Parts: sequence; C-alpha cells; structure tokens
Amino acid sequence: MAKARVGVVRFPGTNCDRDVFEAVGQSGAEAVWLWHADLFDAKSFAALVLPGGFSYGDYLRSGALAARATAMKSVREAAEHGTPILGICNGFQILCESGLLPGALTRNRGLRFVESWVELRKAGSKTVFGSRVAVGARLRIPIAHADGRFVASDAVIKDLADHDQIWLNYSENPNGSIADIAGITNRAGNVAGLMPHPERAYHDWMGGADGRQLLEIWN
Amino acid sequence: MSKEFSFGITVMPRREVLDTQGRAVEETLRREGEPVVSCRVGRYVELKVKAATGEEAETLAKKVSSGLLANSLIETFEMKALGVTGG
Repeated sequence: MAKARVGVVRFPGTNCDRDVFEAVGQSGAEAVWLWHADLFDAKSFAALVLPGGFSYGDYLRSGALAARATAMKSVREAAEHGTPILGICNGFQILCESGLLPGALTRNRGLRFVESWVELRKAGSKTVFGSRVAVGARLRIPIAHADGRFVASDAVIKDLADHDQIWLNYSENPNGSIADIAGITNRAGNVAGLMPHPERAYHDWMGGADGRQLLEIWN
Repeated sequence: MSKEFSFGITVMPRREVLDTQGRAVEETLRREGEPVVSCRVGRYVELKVKAATGEEAETLAKKVSSGLLANSLIETFEMKALGVTGG
C-alpha cells in the first residue's frame, strides 16, 4: 500500500521543519516538502503540517506575513477540501492570522519567552490528530513560545466550547491563554492548531513520547 | 495620471486586550521614579500608495490597514492623510 503523503510547509524563518519532517516520516507517512512561494496540488495530500519557528522574523505580528504567502492559497484550498491540517506553534499562529482558525495568539502574560514541559488535557475530539487519545487523557509535551496567549472575544470562546472546538487545555496555564486553551480546531474539525510541540516529544530519549500520539494518524 | 498618496497609520492594541508591551514600559518608567499613570504601545506605519484620486487612495490604504497592518481581533487603526506627490 502506498504511504500517505503529508505536506510540510516551509516559510522563511520556519525552524522546526526538519523535526516535523522526521516525525511524520517515522509515523509511517511520506513527508513532502512544500515551499512558501509555490502553489501545490491541494488535493494530493493526506494531510498538511505547518511547523513552528519564527516565519518572517515574527515581523508585524507572529504569523501575519506567512499567512499571506502564496502557498497559503493552496493550504486554504486544502482546508476547504477537508484535508486534515495541523499548525504547530508558529504554524498555529499562521492559521489564526489566515482566518482558518478563530482567535489570535498574543504576547505571553508574563512577557517572557516560556520554554518547558507542560501537561495538556485533551478536551475536544474533532480532529483526526490524536484521535486515538481519549478525551480527558493527559499528555506531557514541551512548549517554547513568546506569543502563545490565545485570545478571542467571549462570543468566540463560547462558540468554540459549544461546538467542541477546544482541543487541548493546559493543566497549568503558562501564558495567560483564555480558558487555558493550548489548541483548537475549526468548526469542521479538519484544521487544528496547538502551541506545544508534539514533534519534540516523539521518543523517550527526548524526555517523553506523548507527542507521537498526536502525529500518528496514517496507519 | 496616477499620483502618490502618503498616509500615516497608527495601530493600537484594543483596550480590552492586555497590552503587554505597554505594561512593561509603564512598569520600567515607574521603577525609574517617573509619575507615569499609564502607557500603551502600538505601531506607526507610513504608507505610500499609487492612485488616480484621493478617494481611491484612501480606500486602498484602508484595505491594506484592515487586511494586514492591523488584526481587527486584537487591534484598531487610525489613518491620517499626509500629502500627495507626483501627478
């Protein structure tokens, strides 16, 4: 059986791309590089991942310039097609800035870049990423961000809650995110974003392997 | 004939959104003993666009401001016409 093709989108300043590429490959899929300046065939991928980093140096707002990149036209097309799309950290910021996910990610409440292992609780079951993880289960995955404080209007937060779009919550809020939100999905459930880095928790030698459960969806 | 229209665009965090930069500056100034009541930090952008008329230029600058320069979920913007060159 042919392996599922998973596109990994690279922007100038993306820096978790290689880790994500390897993780996707080890999860049993065929990882394929996608370049920010090129369109791609949106329907030829089983899934897309937007890795973390500091695209365009976080100029203007984190993810704002990458959200307007050429490749995002194809990402948008894939989103409308129903393709599972995962944004990690800066990838999450890009998906919010592009309007594919609601809300915005702003400077951490404590003003500092935070880097640590955190405990997450799976709250929503809409996305295929981590679909084998039970709702309520806890995962240990690292975070590393300065702009991770998720904000949205009360109406949007209520809407997210009402439609099971709150995917992951922090057990202990590290950045001031509203409602302890670490990850959300769109209404349809195919687009998901999270601030923690599952690709950095892929093997026990990394300090934990819980992230693997969010990325292994192909077999 | 198209002309070049300049705009000064001020982008500010919405009042209901925590302005972390403003707060950091505020705290630093207070620590230095300055009688600062409050401080908010935004961004100033100078934009020059090509257009046939002032009206067209303003529409274009507004589109750019709301489409990219400011994220309406967390920021507001104000535009000021700075002048026209060329012709």
